[in-house]
Amino acid sequence: MADAFIAELCERIRDCAAQRKPVRIRGGGSKDFYGGAPRGDDTIEMHACSGIVAYEPKELVLTVRAGTPLDEVERALAAERQMLPFEPPHFASPSPSAPGGGRATIGGAVASGLSGPRRPYAGAVRDFVLGARIVNGKGEPLAFGGRVIKNVAGYDVSRLMAGALGTLGVITEVSFKVLPRPAAETTLAFALGEAAATEQANRWAGQPLPLSAAAWQDGTLRVRISGAPAAVAAARTKMGGEEDASGADYWMRLREQRLDFFSGPAPLWRVSVPQTTPPMLSGHAQLVEWGGGVRWIRGDLDPISIRTAAERAGGHATLFRGGNKSIGVFHPLAPAILKIHRRLKAAFDPAGILNPGRMYDF
Amino acid sequence: MNAAPTQALEGGVAEQLAVRSRVLERLRAVRPPLAIVADDEGLKPFETDAFISHRETPMLAALPESEAQVRDVVRACRDLGVPVVSRGAGTGISGGAIPRRDGVLLVLTKMSRIDAVDRLARMAWVEPGVRNIRVSEAAAPHGLFYAPDPSSQSVCSIGGNVAENSGGVHCLKYGLTTHNLLAVRAVDADGDAFEAGSLALDAAGYDLLALLTGSEGNLGVITRIAVRLVPLPESTQTLLAAFPSVRQAAEAVSEIIGAGIVPAGLEMMDRVVIEACERFMAMNFPSAAEALLLAEVDGCTEEALEAMHGVRAILERCGATEVRVAEDAVERERLWKARKGAFIALAHLLPDFYTIDGTIPRRCLPDMLDRVYELAKEYGLLVGNVFHAGDGNIHPCIFFDANKPGDLERGEEMGGRILEACIEVGGTITGEHGVGLEKLAQMCVQFTPGELAAFHAVKAAFDPHGILNPGKAVPTLRRCAELGGMRVEGGRIPRADIPRF
Repeated sequence: MADAFIAELCERIRDCAAQRKPVRIRGGGSKDFYGGAPRGDDTIEMHACSGIVAYEPKELVLTVRAGTPLDEVERALAAERQMLPFEPPHFASPSPSAPGGGRATIGGAVASGLSGPRRPYAGAVRDFVLGARIVNGKGEPLAFGGRVIKNVAGYDVSRLMAGALGTLGVITEVSFKVLPRPAAETTLAFALGEAAATEQANRWAGQPLPLSAAAWQDGTLRVRISGAPAAVAAARTKMGGEEDASGADYWMRLREQRLDFFSGPAPLWRVSVPQTTPPMLSGHAQLVEWGGGVRWIRGDLDPISIRTAAERAGGHATLFRGGNKSIGVFHPLAPAILKIHRRLKAAFDPAGILNPGRMYDF
Repeated sequence: MNAAPTQALEGGVAEQLAVRSRVLERLRAVRPPLAIVADDEGLKPFETDAFISHRETPMLAALPESEAQVRDVVRACRDLGVPVVSRGAGTGISGGAIPRRDGVLLVLTKMSRIDAVDRLARMAWVEPGVRNIRVSEAAAPHGLFYAPDPSSQSVCSIGGNVAENSGGVHCLKYGLTTHNLLAVRAVDADGDAFEAGSLALDAAGYDLLALLTGSEGNLGVITRIAVRLVPLPESTQTLLAAFPSVRQAAEAVSEIIGAGIVPAGLEMMDRVVIEACERFMAMNFPSAAEALLLAEVDGCTEEALEAMHGVRAILERCGATEVRVAEDAVERERLWKARKGAFIALAHLLPDFYTIDGTIPRRCLPDMLDRVYELAKEYGLLVGNVFHAGDGNIHPCIFFDANKPGDLERGEEMGGRILEACIEVGGTITGEHGVGLEKLAQMCVQFTPGELAAFHAVKAAFDPHGILNPGKAVPTLRRCAELGGMRVEGGRIPRADIPRF
């Protein structure tokens, strides 16, 4: 069935390429809000390309078709006490009538390149991608990487797919390295100002402590520690603070942007900067995640000034939700980098039909 | 094997000399002056890397000291249509840094500065010529280290590590080079510098850092690297177990990982290696041991101790005839000696060896080893196996005597067949050593023409002039077609086109 789906997909893309007809690629539609406004009228629905292809818990390797719902993948892993270490956000918005039902798919999680609270300490989506099957913009089915943990044959094209928002190819299958779920996990809370909180989080990250998340909001630094029970108990003693009984719920709501901070119509900016960057853009509602690496900022900020501030700090700013997308959702690229981007796009999708406009103007 | 025919096609000697003098003129004009090696005697040390069956004298060697000089050299080469091969310490064993007669060799060992380690940010900017071990040495006073530790870490350069996406013995837990970089500065084929990645945890746009890492000098000349440093573990526990069969040792590996333990290292050695270690290092292992498993777990004191007890119980349950646990650092060094000294011990057996580098799904380990032994019998060559069992990365070492006619050829042919066996079980032809010149033929087996075309397109995006290390890492489609024809005919890949000295 998957083979038939892919054969049909290849044919359809070849047709679209011949007519230069743009197409949108869509899993469950949970991240429709993210990125630039897609230009295609025609949509490739991926939810039918679903199912776990291979899962060997003792190999720590999982291969799954792109349209598989993310919650299904997580359930299969949880049954073996394993997990996707990058803790991808779902952003599910249940709409039973829509194709895919508003459920996040694993393909969408990879294409969006978004990782959750564990990212600074465990790694990002791209770090756990071992291989990918794609259909490029010429309608050719291609496979890169593989199902083994170490593999340096050929350029690392499968990792390139993570975060490319479907602009270089339609992801049809992905292999991941997975990890055991920590046996113990707890959240500690500390009353600290923003500057002191990020400094403390970074200092701890430089010590052999089992950190798995760190966020600061409204004068409270929350730090999650995970691992063997002995390690968590020892770290708890060393670090002090108050145990936060609702910690697990907090991290879930932070990842899914269901905290009050994220509600309301004000634009949401994601500013990604070096973790040690001092407090920036004060005067706007902020939530600091990733141990200082991400500053979520709410409000009608001037895009130029927010991007200048991000760039000065050595990072970049994304208009994550709401606001005026015509200014460009993603941070403008330096000319030397943009040149390579355009050539890569032309290499994988010469007719420019895959999700044009979703990322940049190509 | 790819370089030689291309070079043979280059114009006559007079024309080659004319190009050479034009290049020399441009390089001599670089300010501040650039170190250039142009005489045959001086070029000798640069003729090969650690893939010693290949050798070529470069047109010239340039030893830049700054990114500005690298840019000048690349611009000159672009203007004159001359290939550029980058080289670090030259420890690569797949031939990625073998020069071309018609090209400039860019030797980056003079660029060997380490910027101050940023303790709070857990990172450091380093230049490509810095030796791997020096990064961890510089980080140690801050309680940090650079995790990827290829076995050549005391000599190999960090730029080469990025170019090859090097691994090491601690990859299962700490990742490969690609997982331990924040950003890389490189010079593209136009001589323009660009930065891939960022000191933030992600960068806008496509993941160019992923492409550059492991690109074997084909996509850019790396000039500066921001490495990620991680905390030194509080405690490390090391165990060494002897097993009566490889199968049981492999089973133990799966059981350890199945139990939710991710060891920092998990190394296996077979009978041939054990015997060599026994002869030269007197390790006193049970004489019936067919496999040794070295396991290392780390973390905070309590965690490492708990994991050690867990691993020990599993090793015993899986049939280990003896388990040794290191009591202290000295003891630990001694246990590692069996693994690290294995190659030296093996070299006593026969003068030359050829190391294979395939990765397979771990469950296929016992069968793959049987296959390797069968091939060894067929070719009449001795093979010892030392490998990173935790991540399925096998390193069969084929021993031969290069002075014996035909031995090297048979060894290389046998290596090719082991790699093809790896592909058959869903693995890959290189886990950490790279393709270089060595595995171009097997690339044709692992990838379809469409996939290889995509690789060439990726290269063209960074290097539209095709001047950066051309002919390495990815075979031309024509070459694969030729090999395909020959394969059907002979059943094996002929390697007669490799120039040997």
